[in-house]
Amino acid sequence: MAGTAPAADARRAADPPPARAGGGFMSAVAALVRKDLRLELRTRESVPAMFLFSLSTFVLFRFGLDRETLAGDLASGVLWVTLLFAAVLGMNRLFVAEREEGGFDAFLLAPVDRTSLFVAKAAVLFGFLVAVEVAAIPAFAVLLLGPSPFQALPELLAILLLADIGIAVIGTLVGALAIQTRARDLIVPLISLPLILPVVIAAGHATAPLFAEAGAEALPARWLGVLGLYDLVFGLLALAVFDFLLED
Amino acid sequence: MFGRGLRSLSIASLVLVTSAFALVFFYAPNEADQGFVQKIFYLHVPLAIVALSGFVAGGVYAVRYLQTGDRAHDLRSYVAIHLSLIFGIGVLATGSIWAKASWGAWWVWDEPTLVSFLIVFLLFACYQPLRFSIDDPERQARYAAVFAIIGGAFVPLNFLAVRLAESLIHPRVLSTTGGAMPGEMRLTFLISFVAMVCLFVTLWKYELASKHASMRLRALKRSLAGDEAAGPLARTAAPTQI
Amino acid sequence: MTPALPLDDAGPYVAGAYLVFLALILLYVAIMATKLARIERELVELSELAERRREAPAEEQEEPEAVPR
Repeated sequence: MAGTAPAADARRAADPPPARAGGGFMSAVAALVRKDLRLELRTRESVPAMFLFSLSTFVLFRFGLDRETLAGDLASGVLWVTLLFAAVLGMNRLFVAEREEGGFDAFLLAPVDRTSLFVAKAAVLFGFLVAVEVAAIPAFAVLLLGPSPFQALPELLAILLLADIGIAVIGTLVGALAIQTRARDLIVPLISLPLILPVVIAAGHATAPLFAEAGAEALPARWLGVLGLYDLVFGLLALAVFDFLLED
Repeated sequence: MFGRGLRSLSIASLVLVTSAFALVFFYAPNEADQGFVQKIFYLHVPLAIVALSGFVAGGVYAVRYLQTGDRAHDLRSYVAIHLSLIFGIGVLATGSIWAKASWGAWWVWDEPTLVSFLIVFLLFACYQPLRFSIDDPERQARYAAVFAIIGGAFVPLNFLAVRLAESLIHPRVLSTTGGAMPGEMRLTFLISFVAMVCLFVTLWKYELASKHASMRLRALKRSLAGDEAAGPLARTAAPTQI
Repeated sequence: MTPALPLDDAGPYVAGAYLVFLALILLYVAIMATKLARIERELVELSELAERRREAPAEEQEEPEAVPR
């Protein structure tokens, strides 16, 4: 069932001749995103698993650190490490459907720009991360976080947005890289962890003052700059390089 | 031919490395704060700069490979990264020894370049396992090239992030004199650096020539003795054909 | 001008660092040496094989000539 959907969708996306080049690209991306979201809604594989994993990790940290509440940089670190591990779970699953159902071949046959697959998958991973965070951050607030995370909500959202873009870009690249190897489950965490480390460093440092005991402090803007730079560099790099991962 | 110029390069390496070590121990003065321990600096820092440049060079050759499809570039990229990993072990070991001698602990998180280097090392340590896990040689080369490009771009970003993360109050642990380096130390460092570059390029060409010779030998065996004599090609991380 | 460690204590560490460097290079040389030895061995085998090939057709030509006397 799922096998016909991507092929059909890819063909449907390619059928109407695009009025402009941009139209064809965006409609291909939209079709791919819709396919993946529909698949996720039907099977409910990735997002609930990522969320449950986050909860378990919070409990793990509670016992591992032997603390019942966290604040400041400790809270920030626990949150970002947890989100990173949940993201790795999502990365592993990102291209599995394509690989197993032959979606790659169907996609390659369709006359669409190959980078549309990258944009679509990155958008899907980004969406999964946002969905998990919507549930996991309140859970974190309930379970472990001392101060309220909603004190400095706009800043927190800005950090989450920039960091999620970076994780989505790297996650899609690593997922595509690993899907054709024999040891996919090992390669994904091994490669993605060092690559995402700057994001964790920057996001962790940026979030730490927001979780301060005495009340949220100002957000150091330079970390947003680092996140933005990271997203820009790796986003452009990924767009340039992704094609080579799809050739037969 | 990969081995061209190898003899002159190795002689140059010999001369430069020996001179560098002689300068380190007989010419450069002892540093004010750290004393004799600081001599490790002349070994550790050139090793680190050369290893990082090797990783970036691996990325550059990977770009060339993807552009041209010439497998020779893939081989150059592979050997550059492989050598940089070996040099990287040296960087981490000498850095650790320096930290122990200078600060009492085998590892210090306060030294941002050492921490950044560890992260880069951990990333590129995945290069060979990644290659090994892909059977088809052409796909192996292509995916390895993509990885090398990502890794090469990662090096400067990573250093930026870690450097920013270090508290500005904390003094650099493994640094040299607070102010400018005196002339003798600067000269010694320069010679050490050039020596390390020369050594890297020599070993790089050495390994390239060796691998190329093995490849050609295998092809010769196949054409002389037939496919069965050459035997099935075992799974390998290294490029097997150019 | 007091050094962090007196010269006696610092010596072994500095020596250790330089020895690590030397050991890495020599280890590398050793591995490359085994590869070179294998290349030499196989090259010798192949050149012997090529020699035998070159002599074998020459013998085949001699035999038919010898038979009809």
